[in-house]
Amino acid sequence: MSVLEFTATELLAELTVGNVSATELTRVYLAQIEQNDEAIGAFLNVDAERALTQAKAIDQRRQAGEQLGLLAGLPVAVKDVLCTKGWTTTCGSRMLEQFVPPYDATVINKLKAADAVLIGKTNMDEFAMGGSTENSAFKKTHNPWGLDRTPGGSSGGAAACVAASMAPLSVGTDTGGSIRQPAAFCGVTGMKPTYGRVSRYGLVAFASSFDQAGPLAMAAEDVALLLEAIAGHDPVDSTSANVPTPSYTASVREPIKGLRLGVAREHFGDGLDGGVDSAVREAIKVFESQGAIVREVSLPHSKYAIATYYIIAPCEASSNLARYDGVHYGYRTDEKEMLAELAEERKTLEEAGDRAKLEAMDTSLVRMYRKTRSEAFGPEVKRRVMLGSYALSAGYYDAYYLKALKVRRLIREDYDAAFKDVDLIIGPTTATPAFKLGEMNEDPLSMYLQDLYTVSANLAGIAAISLPCGITGEGLPVGLQLQAAPFEEEKLLRAAHMFQQATDWHTKRPR
Amino acid sequence: MSDKPYEIIIGLEVHVQLQTQSKLFCRCSTMFGQAPNTQTCPVCIGMPGALPVMNRRAFELGLKTAVALNLDIPKFTKWDRKNYFYPDLPKGYQISQFDLPMSQNGWLDISDPKGGFEPKRVRITRAHLEDDAGKSMHDEAAGKSDSRIDLNRTGTPLLEIVSEPDLRSPQEAKAYLTELRLLLTYLGVSDCNMQEGSLRVDGNLNLHINTPEGQVATPIAEVKNMNSFRAVERAMAYEAERQYEVWCENKIKLGDSPGGHKTTRGWDDGRQVTVKQREKEESSDYRYFPDPDLLPVIVKPDEVEQVRAELGELPAAMRTRLETTHGIDPYDSDVIVNQGRELVAYYEELATSTRDGRRASNWVQQDVLRTLNEQETSISEFSISATALAELLKSIQAGDVDNTRAKDVFDEMVRSGMSAGDAMAALGIEKVDESEAEGLCRELLEANPKVVEDLKAGKTKAVGSLIGQAKKRNPNVNPGQFKDMCLKIVEGM
Amino acid sequence: MGLTRDEVAKVSLLARLRFSDEELDTLTTQMGQVVEYIRQLEEVDTESVQPMAHVADIHNVLVDDVPRPSLDREDALANAPKRDDECYRVPAVLGD
Ligand SMILES: [Mg+2]
Ligand SMILES: [Zn+2]
Repeated sequence: MSVLEFTATELLAELTVGNVSATELTRVYLAQIEQNDEAIGAFLNVDAERALTQAKAIDQRRQAGEQLGLLAGLPVAVKDVLCTKGWTTTCGSRMLEQFVPPYDATVINKLKAADAVLIGKTNMDEFAMGGSTENSAFKKTHNPWGLDRTPGGSSGGAAACVAASMAPLSVGTDTGGSIRQPAAFCGVTGMKPTYGRVSRYGLVAFASSFDQAGPLAMAAEDVALLLEAIAGHDPVDSTSANVPTPSYTASVREPIKGLRLGVAREHFGDGLDGGVDSAVREAIKVFESQGAIVREVSLPHSKYAIATYYIIAPCEASSNLARYDGVHYGYRTDEKEMLAELAEERKTLEEAGDRAKLEAMDTSLVRMYRKTRSEAFGPEVKRRVMLGSYALSAGYYDAYYLKALKVRRLIREDYDAAFKDVDLIIGPTTATPAFKLGEMNEDPLSMYLQDLYTVSANLAGIAAISLPCGITGEGLPVGLQLQAAPFEEEKLLRAAHMFQQATDWHTKRPR
Repeated sequence: MSDKPYEIIIGLEVHVQLQTQSKLFCRCSTMFGQAPNTQTCPVCIGMPGALPVMNRRAFELGLKTAVALNLDIPKFTKWDRKNYFYPDLPKGYQISQFDLPMSQNGWLDISDPKGGFEPKRVRITRAHLEDDAGKSMHDEAAGKSDSRIDLNRTGTPLLEIVSEPDLRSPQEAKAYLTELRLLLTYLGVSDCNMQEGSLRVDGNLNLHINTPEGQVATPIAEVKNMNSFRAVERAMAYEAERQYEVWCENKIKLGDSPGGHKTTRGWDDGRQVTVKQREKEESSDYRYFPDPDLLPVIVKPDEVEQVRAELGELPAAMRTRLETTHGIDPYDSDVIVNQGRELVAYYEELATSTRDGRRASNWVQQDVLRTLNEQETSISEFSISATALAELLKSIQAGDVDNTRAKDVFDEMVRSGMSAGDAMAALGIEKVDESEAEGLCRELLEANPKVVEDLKAGKTKAVGSLIGQAKKRNPNVNPGQFKDMCLKIVEGM
Repeated sequence: MGLTRDEVAKVSLLARLRFSDEELDTLTTQMGQVVEYIRQLEEVDTESVQPMAHVADIHNVLVDDVPRPSLDREDALANAPKRDDECYRVPAVLGD
């Protein structure tokens, strides 16, 4: 069989015994990208030379008998929201089309230290805002299971490249479900770690109190491998948790005896697709057959999760994205054109004798900002920056932002109570399988409602994983979500692995 | 002020740069005067993905200042983002403190030993920690079109100290700033160098005008761009008069619409006027919210007590102590203390070893400070140690040299670096033998019967002319001794 | 309190964005829908609830005051859309 069917864990074993070299493996994946990515569009930037240089160096060091890192020789794709020194980092935005960071994100440093081969940077919704990767300024990513479908988002490229065997491992980020939803849509396994588990340094911020980087791969074992490589306390990220990183690779194969699973009624409401519903119920039975105890839990405030999220996240985003002003880096509007436009406006107003409007006219600096930002941000980014600026502006802070922070605590408290009785909460990752490209374009609110089952974990800062648990009648994968208390990633991985030992959904590939 | 039909109300906002080695949220150096944009990193340039981590020293310096300003230190404090766009603010927001500052409700006592105003306690609303912006330079030479941005200063720790509107005159405003600067330098938290921008002042001023209908308040103006304490004094005085004139013309009160809102004005030092600054109606909508990248700081009460215990003696206490221990006047203690800790130490050594606080005070204020001024140096680099000067003052006390000649000795010591004894020898100053002095005294009395007559009549001042003659005959004659001797001889006649 | 077009226009200045009349109309509708949806939070009793700005219960993250090397100026300025040898350049911050 082709190496493309191997899990990352299996590939690592092959690399270690010398059945395949990092260079050979990298070439195989580069060829796969060459062949498939024109149709899929998962990558924004593939640097074959860079990847092969890394791979060769690793092979040489292996031959020299050097001690190598955890991922020695494995190709890893990285979402284009993580800063890579000397390598364009666009965040899927015109604004950063030419941006070359002078530094590496901590996650990138850790991947390099683990001797991973960075194979390319994956497509995403602009600044990670969206659930279909259609908000990328550069290209659409197609779902390998159906090219007319979205891969989900915002880590659509990250999920699609694993599903289409263009990378064995990939790093995404999850602010409201951006790893788990695309993992579900693309039939791969993806985890959002506990907030603070993986450093945010160098992860271009969308909503700082939610953003978390995490792994996507074919199997839970592989997710454990990649998580172990990128997790850990980082002194340059104040919000990074100063807790030891367990050896996930060591524990992932240990089944959990007497696993207590919680089922929340709130996760099986109206709008849940029939195919998804039955696949998830089937998955619960699999766990039961392995001795798991299932009980009902209640997350009464989860119905407010979307509203809460769509206040706090845009507020943070409006401030995080203020730095894109065309002064220090990134796009700037054409100044000559801008000045001509202003002169024209002034002339018109002077002729009309409209003194009030003349007084209120933008200065050239203000107009430079406004034109720069309006030209380089896409509609969804602008919408959220507007929403956040509005919610934080004078007179609305208490009614929106402060209120949302309070409800956020209630959502967290629901989880704290539930995790007293159960180890994990089980349910669907998304209400439906992958929807069609273009389907939600004109209706932001219904797009936001897609995040219903995923945002709560981000609001509460807990850990969650999505793994494939079925295929619908239309031939689309279904995602099963497991959620755990903070820093209980081990439980998620062990339970996911138990499931993947008993089923083969995770081995299914499109076509 | 009392001749004016109004009262001036002033509150001051002071920003001081704290003396840390590295910036508030990154480890770039804070050194002043480096080439543009050589002290920046992804964090302080606000590069995508970069994150802040707070400087412990900056927080400690803030805490120290807060305790010294009698501010309460809440247990819990957090950082907020103040959002606005400006090219020297690369993140698009300043990290500051909004509703839960690290300190609040304190005070600073001010007084004027010359009696210009009554001593008063100025309440301090709050002091909070925030990061500084960079510099925009408008390049006139290169044409009007461009500004240049240097981000070296971006991220330098600032402590913003906000007073209540308790100041009632430009003089009080200046006194508050002087006392505040002194305190900050005593604490060693800031060098308070206004030229280098380590201390910046904004003044909020309005008037309470007495009218037949009662007291009314004029709209508040915030005055910026005052580059010295003198400028603050003048700007406040100018602004008060301007507001009164405007009031007489338009009678617009604080809060009236239109025209009664707070405005921003800049001090034009060249023209000595305040000028209205352009502002947008949205300019004050800063959309504050807690910075999600930074965590709260919890300060335990015993940490505050620890800081308090380690503060050392502060200027106000030091003045009182100098007055009681060394018997000097408030005016003198003020002059000495205002020169800083090192001069105080010098003075105290001198006063203690000569056991004459007043004489020590006079010498320090007149001769030492004058010389430091002339040499443009500081007491730590002064060539005459307190011990060496004490030797000279002791010679005066012993009558070995008179005060006037002692000044020559002092100058000689400054010039040559000699000890007091050697300088006196070099100048040929030696004590006049008692019999020699007496002979000279009798000789001159005999030659001046008119003086003897006057002295007998109790006109002791008449001896002055004899002293002059005696000095001509022997410059080492001690005027005090000589006078006593003359009086004694005349008495025995 | 429905969201008005005027408010949206005002916020667009705050956010340093600029929209055509048509865009403003669409945005007013779309933002209005989201704001309407968000208002369901009003029904939650949060009387005695403390706001949660951070999910992690971490505090006092402070580091020692030890300077480290800064970026080379060339690296700092490399991404600037307009610059000279030393500085970033922008349209005049004063005047006009
Ligand atoms: Mg301030
Ligand atoms: Zn820096």
